[in-house]
Amino acid sequence: MKFGVIQFPGSCDERDALHAASLVGDAVLLWHRSHDLQGVDAVIVPGGFSYGDYLRAGALARFSPLMEEVERFARVGGPVLGICNGFQVLCESGLLPGALLPNTSLRFVCRQVALDVVDATTKWTGACARGDRLSMPAKHQTGRYWAPDPVLDELEANDQVVLRYATGNGFNGSARDIAGVSNHAGNVVGLMPHPEHAVDPLTGSADGLRLFESAALIAAAYPADLLGK
Amino acid sequence: MRRHAELGLTDFEFERIVALMGREPNEVELAVFSLMWSEHCGYKHSRKLLRTLPTEGPRVVMGPGENAGAVDVGGGMACAFKVESHNHPSAVEPFQGAATGVGGILRDVFAVGARPIAILDSLRFGEPGASARSCYLLDRAVAGIGHYGNSIGVATVGGEIYFEPAYEQNCLVNAMCLGLIETEKLIRSAAAGVGNVVVLFGARTGRDGIGGASVLASAELGDQDASKRPTVQIGDPFEESRLLECSLELLDRGLLVALQDLGAAGLTSSSAEMAAKGGVGVDLDVARVPLREAGMEPFEIMISESQERMLCVVEPARVDAVIAVCGKWEVNATAIGKVTDTGRLRVLVGDEVAGDLPVTALVDECPAYDLEPAAPATPLYPAPIRTLADDGGPEATLLALLGSANLASRAPVFEQYDCLVGSRTARRPAQADAAVLMLDAANGRRPALAVSIDGNGRRVACDPYRGAVEAVLECSANLACVGAEPLGLTNCLNFGNPEKPHIAWQLTRAVAGLGDACRALGVPVVGGNVSLYNEGGEGPILPTPVVGMVGELPDAARAGGLGFAQPGDTVALIAARGWAPSLTGSELAKLHGAAPAGELPAADLGELHALHAAVRQAVRSGALRSAHDVAEGGLAVALAECCIAGGRGAEVALEAGSEAALFGEGPGAFVVSGDHAAMAAFGAAATAIGTVGGEALRIAGVLDVPLDELARVHADGLAHLMR
Amino acid sequence: MRARVLIRPKAGILDPQGQAVERALPALGFAGVRNVHIGRLVELDVEDPAQLPAMCEQLLANPLVEDYQIQRPDADHPDQSAGPDDSAEVTR
Repeated sequence: MKFGVIQFPGSCDERDALHAASLVGDAVLLWHRSHDLQGVDAVIVPGGFSYGDYLRAGALARFSPLMEEVERFARVGGPVLGICNGFQVLCESGLLPGALLPNTSLRFVCRQVALDVVDATTKWTGACARGDRLSMPAKHQTGRYWAPDPVLDELEANDQVVLRYATGNGFNGSARDIAGVSNHAGNVVGLMPHPEHAVDPLTGSADGLRLFESAALIAAAYPADLLGK
Repeated sequence: MRRHAELGLTDFEFERIVALMGREPNEVELAVFSLMWSEHCGYKHSRKLLRTLPTEGPRVVMGPGENAGAVDVGGGMACAFKVESHNHPSAVEPFQGAATGVGGILRDVFAVGARPIAILDSLRFGEPGASARSCYLLDRAVAGIGHYGNSIGVATVGGEIYFEPAYEQNCLVNAMCLGLIETEKLIRSAAAGVGNVVVLFGARTGRDGIGGASVLASAELGDQDASKRPTVQIGDPFEESRLLECSLELLDRGLLVALQDLGAAGLTSSSAEMAAKGGVGVDLDVARVPLREAGMEPFEIMISESQERMLCVVEPARVDAVIAVCGKWEVNATAIGKVTDTGRLRVLVGDEVAGDLPVTALVDECPAYDLEPAAPATPLYPAPIRTLADDGGPEATLLALLGSANLASRAPVFEQYDCLVGSRTARRPAQADAAVLMLDAANGRRPALAVSIDGNGRRVACDPYRGAVEAVLECSANLACVGAEPLGLTNCLNFGNPEKPHIAWQLTRAVAGLGDACRALGVPVVGGNVSLYNEGGEGPILPTPVVGMVGELPDAARAGGLGFAQPGDTVALIAARGWAPSLTGSELAKLHGAAPAGELPAADLGELHALHAAVRQAVRSGALRSAHDVAEGGLAVALAECCIAGGRGAEVALEAGSEAALFGEGPGAFVVSGDHAAMAAFGAAATAIGTVGGEALRIAGVLDVPLDELARVHADGLAHLMR
Repeated sequence: MRARVLIRPKAGILDPQGQAVERALPALGFAGVRNVHIGRLVELDVEDPAQLPAMCEQLLANPLVEDYQIQRPDADHPDQSAGPDDSAEVTR
């Protein structure tokens, strides 16, 4: 199982994602300017402040050369996980619906949050069960998920809401307490909290490992040619 | 006013400059001297005192004098760390002042080749309840620290915040950073190799901070500080993240002879210091410096404090490789000069010489003044406004203390900081008395570093010697509570105008206390910073030596925590024989409207050294389930903090229920919990006082307060001021 | 030619920055202020102003959550700073 973690100028949590993924399989850093996904089985778009969050968070990173390959990879069903800034990049690129807006408090908040697993059929939540409670940290200033109401209704109807902040745990004002969503096919998932910071009991919880394990399960179950590589 | 006086130089200093130069300096040369001989760069009033501090020890790999000090942390690795102040800029523009303070200390750490892993901040403001301005400064400084640290991806893992009227006009923003490096790769800043090329890399140079070191840091802030607004530097963490990666790659590839960051006084101090350390000269061509603004004068280019810039010395054959690495990271790099054997710093504009100065005159010959200390004849600090009546009883007193700005939960502040990036944080803010950062796994264990930053201006105002001793003890106690042994210390001395005898007295006594405590505990000083002239029309700040200490623990799995963990655990008070809690200089005395004055208890340093070791050992052995140092607010507050952090109540009985016993302060006591048998390890120092359990803190015959009330008051104390 | 793009949050989406400013103004003594919204200004020299809408759609604004307005100074007076009423093109 080989994970690829993209590195943009200004990414912060790419090494953390690399470390987390390497607990489950092999993991490599992919430089944003390359056009080569190096044959990875899954792509992670990490957290941080790519391009300094200039213009809008994720707005510039989505045009990196490597993102073209990621879009192709996603279209044929490749598993793609966007964490925090990565979620912002995926929404900007249209791979995920909706947008991330400034927290209603306008402040950066770093806090451990409890999440409810709403959909366990995506390629990143297959190792979970619906209703599972996951504890992991969230740390962001621009994490208020928003989409027009009809879109939100559609997401809920199509099982595209993947994770919700448990009651009392949301702090950013996200619509319907949505913490993470997927695309229609369930191979692209974005979430604001950080699973890569929940892989070691010594630093908090290890619940985040399950997202990485989910992707590894998929890679093990499906031969490479189905992913269009 | 004569020109040199406008720039902050005394007549005596000017005459000395003329004598060293052999002539009168021109405009460029005078500007350079005014900065190099400013208090901030030259340490004129503190250098002699700082020499009395202990700087050696078996774990020291780099002592004071470099960009950062460093200690050996095992496994071939060293931890480089330092604390620095950015007080005056933060008073003028708190967001950028605090942000660039963080940027500056980060650069100091990666200038020695270490990758920064953690930031801590020590902040002091006026009373937020009484002053909208202090609320504003707090809010913006915290936002600035968060902005810079979070954006560059270095975890902010700890800090402290205090509010005292004496800081109203002069806030304090001290930033500490630690980084990791393979010991053999530590790089120094001495320029060497005649003919080597001096390369400037990083951001373009503009007019930021012009006159910062001389104008702001070396003078009292008066009514004219609105006009100082243009001198505040603006930071760009995104630029710095590229600069950091670029610098580390240059060092990794062995391409540099020397590296120095540009901080106070910009190119001037960096080039002069590099040359002085190397015993060489430097020629700089300011026409080659990439500029952000048109029409900059040579002296402006030399003294600009534009952020995110570094200076390095490179062998001629390697310059192309250096430029290429910088290009990869999209960092501007330009050869701007060369190392010479003249012993002079020459400022050139193309072929024209705009300034020609002897290096030793700028650095080594900077005057070092003797202080003329005299204890103050009258109290320096007015009594604060009383906010708590005497007759409320212990419950009301406890709640008032927990909800006071100095003791309330700092969550509204530290939640604005990313404390997790880097995946090393085993103890987050408020989980333990010190932050704990894991190193690479070794032999099936997770060795870790612990770090704390502490100081208490009010207690130092009561007694500068004993107060400074307490600051060192506080750090050591905090480290002991997580199971860490101190390795080294950095300090920032924040004081008023040293030319005034009573301030000189504070400074002299505090440094003496600092030194004695460090010697007694065996903790060397590896570096630090001095910030003087922190006073305005209303008087000086409280004398505030801030201490940052780094320690090591063998296994993060055994790192201590502060909260009561298990119902049924024995709660014990571990106290030195000499522990003598008193209300002098305490938080309660402040709420009662007492001025910071009176005698502090003497500390038996030998006994406390042994006590800290005993606590540390007990935590490491896993025998204790919690450990918390008794500090501000005294024993009752410490017990409440353990309850709140653990989400559990406790029932205890104390020998004495007086205010001094409950809320008195003084070094030498800890609240621990664990198996009853574990307490035997402390011998006579331990007194079992009760048990963890229930939904309230009950001190028999004294108070009984529900846990959720304690938690609510504690959570809200600072939060309501920050809304 | 010098163009200016004003980007603002779409009506109906919560704008906490605008609200924060709206609350702060009365505290400073400024009464009668309502409906504050905070957006962004992009100024640029362009050779082909026909490309501006596409630039806005693809990069300068996020059309899902933002509206934008392109302003071009009168071509005969390129140095005039454009006010909101000058040759404004309202889009989206």
